[in-house]
This record gives sequence, C-alpha cells and structure tokens, in this order.
Amino acid sequence: MNDSKRLSGQEAKHSGERAKRLRIDRRAFVRLGVAGGTASLAAACGWDGGNALRPRLLDVSRLNDWVGEKILFSTTRLARTYSPAERSAMLPSYFVSSKMPMLANPAAWRLRVGGLVAQPLELTVEDLMRMPRTSYTVKHHCVEGWSAIASWHGVAVSAIVERCRPAAAARYIEFVSFDSDYSNGWDMASAMHPQTILAYGMNDNPLPPAHGAPLRLYSPTKLGYKMTKYLVSMTFSAQRPGGYWEDQGYPWFAGI
Amino acid sequence: MSASVRRHHWVVRVTHWATVIVLAGMITSGLQIYEAYARFGNRGGPFFPSPFDGARFPTWTRLGGWLAGALNWHFALMWPLVAIGLAYLAYLVGSGEWRALFFRPRDVRGAIEMAKYYLRLRPDHPPQGKHNPLQKLAYTSIYLFGTLAVLTGLAIYKPVQLAWLTALLGGFQAARYWHFWMVWIFVAFTLTHVILVFAVDPASLRAMITGWYRGRFPSHE
Repeated sequence: MNDSKRLSGQEAKHSGERAKRLRIDRRAFVRLGVAGGTASLAAACGWDGGNALRPRLLDVSRLNDWVGEKILFSTTRLARTYSPAERSAMLPSYFVSSKMPMLANPAAWRLRVGGLVAQPLELTVEDLMRMPRTSYTVKHHCVEGWSAIASWHGVAVSAIVERCRPAAAARYIEFVSFDSDYSNGWDMASAMHPQTILAYGMNDNPLPPAHGAPLRLYSPTKLGYKMTKYLVSMTFSAQRPGGYWEDQGYPWFAGI
Repeated sequence: MSASVRRHHWVVRVTHWATVIVLAGMITSGLQIYEAYARFGNRGGPFFPSPFDGARFPTWTRLGGWLAGALNWHFALMWPLVAIGLAYLAYLVGSGEWRALFFRPRDVRGAIEMAKYYLRLRPDHPPQGKHNPLQKLAYTSIYLFGTLAVLTGLAIYKPVQLAWLTALLGGFQAARYWHFWMVWIFVAFTLTHVILVFAVDPASLRAMITGWYRGRFPSHE
C-alpha cells in the first residue's frame, strides 16, 4: 500500500526530501556515536582530559572560582554555628610531610606578616592571644565529602589586617607553613570574612600538633585544604598566589 | 507499515542525545568523587544506611583519574547539564508540547488502564496520544529527578552560601546522600527506557535520531 502511494509525484518528492534528511541525520548520529564512544573510552581510562582537555577543564574551574567569589560569596553571611555538645567524635587531620611537622624551638616561633603592607609584623602566640578572641563551633567540610563539627578559637584575620594596613594594591594573601611546601592563596574578601581566623585553639584546648600547632588558618566558609596549618607567614600581594593542592588541579577558590 | 509521521523536533533530539553524553560524564566523574569518602554522615557517625558503604566502582565506570580530575569534570559538565535541561524546558513550554508530555491529574485514569494492559488485565492497548499516561509519568518524574539532582548538587557544592537549600534537603550529608541516589535512579531509568524501546517500539529509536516515526503507535497525527 505504501509503495503504490509512493508512485504519486508529490509523494516521491516528499520521500526524496526525507531520504536526504535521513542521510544528514545519519551522519550526525555517527558523529554522536564517535563522541559517545570517546566519552566511554575516557571513563574507561580514568581520563582527566589529557593534555588537550585538561587545560580547558582548568579554565572552567577558574570560571567557577569567579562565580563562587564574585556572585555566590557573601562577605557578611555567617556559616551556621553549633553547640559544643554537637561536636563530632573525631576530626581527621593530615600533613604533607613524611613526619608530623613539629617546631624544634617553639619559643622562637613568630608569625611574619609582610608583603604589600604599611606595617610588617612579627607576632608571637602570646601577642595573638592578647588580641580580641573569636571562637565558634562549626562544621568542617572536606573536599573528599566528609564533614565534622568542632570548636576553634583564635584571632580574626581582619584584626591582623587592621594592624599591618595593607596597600590598596594588595588583593591576595599567601599563607605559608612549615609543613614542607604546603601553602595557600586567599582572596582578600574571604580572608576578611568575620569567621576567618588564625586559630591557636581547638575544642577548648591549645591547638594540637596534628591540627597545625602552634597556629593555623580556619574558616567554615572554605573547604579544609584552604586552611593552612603550621603557619609561619602571611604575605599580601597583588598577584594571585598558588597553593599546594591548587597547583595540582584542585579548585583555587574552594569557597562553600 | 504505516506512513512516517514527524515526531521529534530537532531541539528535543539534540537535547536528548546531549543529555546522554553529559549525564554519562556526570555519573562517571561522580563515582570517582564518591570514592574519596564512600559513606554518608558526619565523622564519628551515625551514618545513613547505604549498600554502597566503602564501595569502589570499576575503573571503566570512573572519569577523572583522581579526585581533582573528577571534580573538574563534574564542575565543568554541570553547566551544559543545566543549560540542556533549561533549553528542553523552554522548548516544551514554548511549543506547547508540555501538554503531551507532562503527567497531570487527568492522566491518572489512563495510567491505570495502561497498567492493566501491561498486566494483561485488559486485552487491547488503550488509545493514546503522542505518549501514553505511563510514559508521561516516567518522563515527568525523570525531569523532576533531574531537577532534584541539580538542587542536591548545589546544596553540597555551596552548603554555606546556599545554607537554606542545604537545610531544606536535610543538611550537608543528607543532601550528599540523595545526590548519590540520583545516580541509581538515572541508571534504572535508562536501563528500563532502553529495554522498552527495543522490546516495545524499536521505531522510536530512529524517531529520536531522524525526527521521523514509522512504527506501531503513530496515533497522535
């Protein structure tokens, strides 16, 4: 029945057009198959994009940093706080050195504040303890997907900024540790957030070595890997500093 | 054989196949991310019940090579995923085709009749439009699950800036839990979808590629 119908001129023309369209669509489908096949192959190889795509993925990561920093991050919104009774039974810690980083001479330790500042500083833990104290119980979010609630106390980074008076050109801070070459770069807005602190205490006790004694950076608005432990210096700069994990491909902003 | 009917607009075909590719990338990079901490709950517990506690998925199911690589894939593909979803929704609304696709209260009776047919409780296939009511139910719910996947994803991506959303979904670990379950909903939907295509209406595969349908259920034209 269909064949006899096709004999009519109009139908034949229609059918010819359709055949043409089918050919084009078939070509598109083959292309789709190639793309899909490549995607499965990519998955099969645990592919990170290779030399061709990896840089593009990092470009998108920078775009996501921009969205996180300029659109989603609020300088005034506070992370939810908890009661000390809600603390998690444990909070894992890590360092990148082969042994836990410990100071040979804790009394000689100083936090050096420098770079684009009017007043470079060298602060002892006692100096920091004499400054206004911030304490809170908050949820810690690790990039791996785990979370844990703990209490922290220390001095707000904004209080340090007030004392060292950075130049207008200073847009970033680099936090450097004595845990091998571990460091992090922060944007000024995140550093100035009221919950961003230099912590010298955890769960009502002095900061333990496993968690970065004598001083670590802490903020409930960042992923754990941005919170430099075993601090030795903070340096203000106009250029965006890298970081230990950030240079290996982890998101730079890591604000949550 | 019945005559060909125009079935799928190019927007539907492009968004359909683009979703296949992007969703495959989201799921495989997601499984690589999951491996970094393969359970749900604050450290020290209690943990959400899950058959996948401590699970490691086969290499061929994981994209990214390691956590950072997988995160970069996941956070790059989230843009096209949302763009495709919005483009498809805009087409449905703009063309009025949502009427043929979205499951509405009036479809309940038809869905029961359709279920009876599949259960052999009625002999004849109920009359239907472009999609039967059970298809409408499936396609409407998978779109809603897609929306939920995006919302639970945002809740664990920015649990402080979007704290209201994270709280609405039961907190960070609960949102992470539901985000993970979406994987199995998409996998189950896809398997059922593909099996039904080949078992019931193979002509619909060609229709999703070329736009033209030449099969058993052309009744909407």
